Amino acid sequence: MTHSKFRLTDFFKYLSLLIGVFVVLFPPYVVIINAFKSTDEFNSSSSMALPKSFLNFDNFVAVFQRGGLLSGFGNVLVIIIITLTLNILFGTMVAYVLGRFSFKLKPLVFGAYLVATVIPSITTQVATFGIIKNMGLYNTLGAPIVLYIGADVIQIILYLQFIRNIPVDLDENAMVEGASLFKIYRSIIFPLLAPATATLVILKTISIYNDMYIPYLYMPKQSLGVVTTILMRFQGVNSGEWNMICAAILLILLPTVVLYFFLQRYIFEGVTSGAVK
Amino acid sequence: MFGTLSYNKQKTIIIVSFLLIPLILLGTFTYYPALKLVYYSFTNWDGYSPEKPWVGLDNYKEVFSNPDIFKVFTHNFAYFVMGLIQNIVAIYFAVLLNSKLRGKNAFRIMLFLPYIMNGVAVAFMFGYVFDTTNGSLNLFLNSIGLTGLGQTSWLGTETLVNYSLASTGLWRFMGYNMVIYIASLQAIPRDIYEASKIDGASSLQTLWRITLPNMKTVIQLNLFLTVTGALEVFDLPFVLTKGGPAGASQTYVQRVVDTAFAFNNYGLASAMSIILLFFVVVVLLVQQLVLSRGGDK
Repeated sequence: MTHSKFRLTDFFKYLSLLIGVFVVLFPPYVVIINAFKSTDEFNSSSSMALPKSFLNFDNFVAVFQRGGLLSGFGNVLVIIIITLTLNILFGTMVAYVLGRFSFKLKPLVFGAYLVATVIPSITTQVATFGIIKNMGLYNTLGAPIVLYIGADVIQIILYLQFIRNIPVDLDENAMVEGASLFKIYRSIIFPLLAPATATLVILKTISIYNDMYIPYLYMPKQSLGVVTTILMRFQGVNSGEWNMICAAILLILLPTVVLYFFLQRYIFEGVTSGAVK
Repeated sequence: MFGTLSYNKQKTIIIVSFLLIPLILLGTFTYYPALKLVYYSFTNWDGYSPEKPWVGLDNYKEVFSNPDIFKVFTHNFAYFVMGLIQNIVAIYFAVLLNSKLRGKNAFRIMLFLPYIMNGVAVAFMFGYVFDTTNGSLNLFLNSIGLTGLGQTSWLGTETLVNYSLASTGLWRFMGYNMVIYIASLQAIPRDIYEASKIDGASSLQTLWRITLPNMKTVIQLNLFLTVTGALEVFDLPFVLTKGGPAGASQTYVQRVVDTAFAFNNYGLASAMSIILLFFVVVVLLVQQLVLSRGGDK
């Protein structure tokens, strides 16, 4: 009796999970199959029908040629590399100071980072816009870079957790040998934070790559398009040609999805250790 | 040279020099704009002229007396409803994937997948799914026999458009919430469960009396993010419907952005931003109050 009851609940567990997976995969599936259809084929076949061939790459080639997607990937890559280099530097520096020293204003500094998360950045954009303009960064790659490089509280919490696990003995031994505090940061703390840094690099790369708002608002210049703004322009010009748009969507989704399947363990780690605290 | 200074001096130098640029960044791009925003909200600045005429509370009066502005918040309501459903589904899947189950890692990986996808690409993807004539959702509904539903204009019907858009948000962020809930479940000590099993608790009782109370803090955090997220929705309707049909899917933030950048009314837009900021803080305070009332943690 109890045996069959167990099986029934198991059945519903798996059924609900499979429905969940179906719902997740349905939209990308539709995009994938239609990205491989020629315009004639797209117009004459059902949008759920498989394409004649998965080797028809014409749409993808067209997207690269018409949409300027290559420069979009280039721009976003430049932004990511510069931003992350500085962001990691500043993040580890703040965490080193907050994690290793005690001083009067420490609670204030940490509090400032904490309170900043409550202020929705989207609401202050009206004022930020003026600042970026005055700095002469409007319509340059500098605009997104300065807006992204600041460390956020989640990053600092993540680093602080790691610093707490680095034994203070290491610092003290280095001090006995006469190392300066800067040397301790450079040759002990910074390298030992590498695992946290790796996780952050992945998470920040994904979030910068996916951001639409900042590039849209601060870099309207055609040549400064990033993948998101280029996709928006491409859709505007080619609206209705869904097979083309599907190909563009797919090309833009591909890098993060590939990254995700290789690095999902670190992504989960970063997401959870930042949020569950 | 630096190394020859005393450690106390070094400490001061390190603290100042390491915090200088990060704090300047924080001030310049978070606190200074927030203060600027307060100032602009008392002016009727158009965004470009050098003078910013002071108008006192006029902008705030305008926001509160113009029903047209506040009506927009009702559009945000759909995102709140969907956000709640999203959390319930996420808790359900989290509890499921925390139990003994084959292939739970694979399920977790699949269900989290949408979160890492590009928001604009996702928006257009759903634009295609929701398309009335070519869209695969209607085609799918027709194919399983729901032909009545299969003619629906998901993004073209005023009463439906916000829920359609918000369901896209659910699709995208459910997995994120789920992963956080899984992590909080794994932090619950196993022996509590063993003890309750010995006491003969049913699985529903275990869920209600042990699992959910232990997840309280994380649930509350996620609910805060749900409420504020619902208040701050911008990109989905902006990309997909441009606020249409006939303004039915315009959200509050989109309205703020339009007021500032399309209608050059920075003063009014700033006042609207401050009011939104105020609501976010109120949500946070109410939650803190409830949290400390409920107070075992």
